[in-house]
Amino acid sequence: MYRAFLIKYGEIAIKGKNRHLFEDALVRQIRYALNPLEGKFEVIKQQGRIFVEAKNEDFDYEETVAALQTVFGIVGICPAVLVEDQGFDQLAEDIIHYLDETYADKHMTFKVEARRARKNYPKTSPEINMDLGERILNAFPDMSVDVHHPDVTLYVEIREQINFYSEIIPGPGGMPVGTNGRAMLLLSGGIDSPVAGYMIAKRGVAIDATYFHAPPYTSERAKQKVVDLARIISKYTGPIRLHIVNFTDCQLNIYEKCPHEELTIIMRRYMMEIAEHFANENGDLGLITGESIGQVASQTMHSLMATNEVCNLPVYRPLIGFDKQEIITVSEKIGAYETSILPFEDCCTIFVAKHPVTKPRLQNIHNSEKKLVGNMEELVKTAIETTEVILVEPEE
Amino acid sequence: MEAYLDNSATTACSEKAAQMVMQVLTKDYGNPSSLHNKGIEGENYVRDARRIIAKTLKVKEKEIYFTSGGTESNNLAIVGYAMANQRAGKHIISTPFEHPSVGNPLAFLEEQGFEVSYLHVDRQGHIEIKELEDLIREDTILVSMMHVNNEIGVVLPIEEAGKVIKEKNPKCAFHVDAIQSYGKFKILPERIGVDMLSVSGHKIHGPKGSGFLYVNGKIKIKPEILGGGQEWGLRSGTQNTPAIAGLGVAAAEMYDHLEENREHLFQLRDHFIEEVTKIDGVSVNGPLGHDAAPQIVSVSVQSVRAEVLLHALEDKEIYVSAGSACSSNKPSISKTLQAIHLDQNLLDSTVRFSFSVHTTMEEIDYALDAMRTLIPMLQRFTRH
Repeated sequence: MYRAFLIKYGEIAIKGKNRHLFEDALVRQIRYALNPLEGKFEVIKQQGRIFVEAKNEDFDYEETVAALQTVFGIVGICPAVLVEDQGFDQLAEDIIHYLDETYADKHMTFKVEARRARKNYPKTSPEINMDLGERILNAFPDMSVDVHHPDVTLYVEIREQINFYSEIIPGPGGMPVGTNGRAMLLLSGGIDSPVAGYMIAKRGVAIDATYFHAPPYTSERAKQKVVDLARIISKYTGPIRLHIVNFTDCQLNIYEKCPHEELTIIMRRYMMEIAEHFANENGDLGLITGESIGQVASQTMHSLMATNEVCNLPVYRPLIGFDKQEIITVSEKIGAYETSILPFEDCCTIFVAKHPVTKPRLQNIHNSEKKLVGNMEELVKTAIETTEVILVEPEE
Repeated sequence: MEAYLDNSATTACSEKAAQMVMQVLTKDYGNPSSLHNKGIEGENYVRDARRIIAKTLKVKEKEIYFTSGGTESNNLAIVGYAMANQRAGKHIISTPFEHPSVGNPLAFLEEQGFEVSYLHVDRQGHIEIKELEDLIREDTILVSMMHVNNEIGVVLPIEEAGKVIKEKNPKCAFHVDAIQSYGKFKILPERIGVDMLSVSGHKIHGPKGSGFLYVNGKIKIKPEILGGGQEWGLRSGTQNTPAIAGLGVAAAEMYDHLEENREHLFQLRDHFIEEVTKIDGVSVNGPLGHDAAPQIVSVSVQSVRAEVLLHALEDKEIYVSAGSACSSNKPSISKTLQAIHLDQNLLDSTVRFSFSVHTTMEEIDYALDAMRTLIPMLQRFTRH
C-alpha cells in the first residue's frame, strides 16, 4: 500500500542560511541508510520537505522504516500512499480503502488537511477538506469530525501525483551526521562507550574510534567484539575508522614501574594521549568517552581530572550524569547491549588492583610517571606505528 | 610452524574420510529410505559404515545407531534409557567430572524425580570400585561413566565397573561415554558388561556432525527424536549419509593402526611430560604413566592465567585449550579440576594439550620451546 515516506525534520528547519547544508546532509545520510536495502529508492528534496519514494514494489516496509529510524535529523517518518490523479471520486475511494485498512476500530475523530500545491486542481484546499470529510463520514458512520483535537489527521497533498498519510512514526531526532565535524571515540568492549558514541553522533558529529588491544591478555574474540560494536553504531554514525592499538607493552611497562593502585589511572592517561594522537591525525575536534561520574574508581571526579589533564582536545563525556540503568536502556535501544555483555576480558581489567586509588593526587601520578621516562616514549611510538586501522561499515 | 595440540576438542578430518564425504554428498546422495536404486546406494554406505564400526567393537551391526555426535549419543543413552526403564527404579550412579553432555541430562533427570549418586574421585581422578559396589541398589537402573576424562586423561576402570555392576544388580544398565577413548583403546563392550557406548566422529578424524551410540540388543531405550522411524525407530530423521560414511572410514583407519598409534602418542606424551615439568612452576595433573590416555596432558602453570597462556601460545600458532574446549566459550571453573581437588590457585591456571596421530615430535619440541620462553615472561606480570 505505502510507496513513499514523507520525512519530517524539526530542528534543522531553523538553521537559517545554513539550512540547505543540513538538508543536503540529511538527504545524504538517508541515502546511506537505504543503500544496503532491497529495492530502489529516490530521495527528493522539494519545498522544504524530504520525500523518500520507492521506485518499485519489491521493498520491505518494516526494513525501510527501521533504516530511516537510524538517520539522525529525522523527527518523524510518515508512510504515505502515492497515487496518480484519476479524478476526485477515485481519490476518495482510495482514501476510504486506506482508512479501512489502517484503523480497525473506527470509533475516532478526524480531520482532513489538504494542500493543493498543483494549482490547476479543480478543487481548492478547503473544498477538498470538506468533500473528503463528507465521503469519509458516509463510509464510516462511527467516525466523526473534530477540527481542533482530532485523533487522526489525514494529510492530502496534491502535486503531480497525490499522496496522503495519517501516521507519524517517531525518528531518532538529533542532527544529520556530518554537519558538525568529527570526534574520536575511545571504544572499549563495554556497554558505555558505544552509547557515548551514539549520543555524540546524534548531534551531527561523525565518529572515529580507538580500541586498545592487549594480546595475549585479551583475546581475538574481544577484538572481534569491538569491531562488531563499531559496526552496530556505524548504522547510526556512518563509516567509522577504527584504530586498533596494541597496548600490551605500554601496559606491562606501567605495571612493572608504577604503583599498582595507580595502574588504571596512568594507563588511561596514556590511552587518552594515544587516542588524541590519532584524533589530530584525522582532524577530529574532540575525544569522546563513556565515563560517568563515580561508576568505577577511574571515573571519580579526582580520577577524571587526572586523566583529563593529558588532553589538549576537549573531551566529551555524554554519559557523565547517567546511571548505569539509563545507559543500558539506550544500549538496548540501539541494539548494542547483547554484544556489549559478551564475556571477554578487556584491557582495563586484566591487571586491575584490588584497591585502586579513587582520589589520585596529580603530584603522585606525576612522580610515578617519572619512573617511566626513558622507554615509555619509545613504546608509545611503537604502539602508534603498529596500530591497525580498519574502516567499519554496517553489514549489507 | 603450527602446532595444533587441541585434538580432544576436535581433529582434522582425514583425507580419505573427507573424500568419502564428498563422494556421498555430491555423487551417491540417495536417501536410504527411498525405494529406488539411488536410495539403495545410499543405504549401502550406511551399512558399510555400520559393519566397520560393529567390527571395531565386536558387536552386532544392528546395535550401532548413528547420531549427530557425542552429545546426542549421551543424551539418548541417559534420558532415553531412564525414560524407558523408570518403572524398575529411579536411581542412577555417575561420576562428578562427566562432560556436560552427560552432566546436564543427569541434572534434567534429577528435576524429573530421579536420584543421582556421584562417586568420589581422588586427586588423580581415580574412582574406588568398592564405593561403586556399595552404591548399587535394587532400584539402581543405570551407571553412566566416562572411559577417559576429557580434561586430565585419567582412564576409569570400566571393565571392573562392568563386572561389579552385573554381579550386584544384573538389571542395572551400564553406559560408557567413550568419546575420548574410542579409536585409542580396544573396547569390547559386550564382554565387559557395557550396555551402551557413546562415540563422536570428529574426535577421531571423522566429519563433524557424526557419531553413534552402541546399544546392546537386550536394552530398551525410548527415542528422543520421533519421525520416520530410521535407525530402527531409535533415531528418526534422514540419515546423514556423507557423515556416516566418513565416520566409517575414520573408524577403520584408527583401528587398523591402533597399536602403533598408541605407541606414537605415548612417545609424544612421555617426552612432553618429562620436559614440561622441568619448567619452574609447571605441574601435570592426572596419572603420568601409561595407565592414562595417550593423547591428553593437563598442565598447570603457577601464577599464569590459562587464557593468557592460551593466547600467548596462539600467537605462535600453538593451539591448546583452557579447561575443556568443548564447553569453554564462557569461562567457568572446570568440574574435573574441582573434583580432583586441584589447588585453588591453579584452577584458573590449567591448560590442556591433546595430541593426535598426526602430531609430530617437532611440534611437541616447538611447543616446549615456546613454553620455556613464555612462562617466565608471563609469570613476571600477575594480577594482584
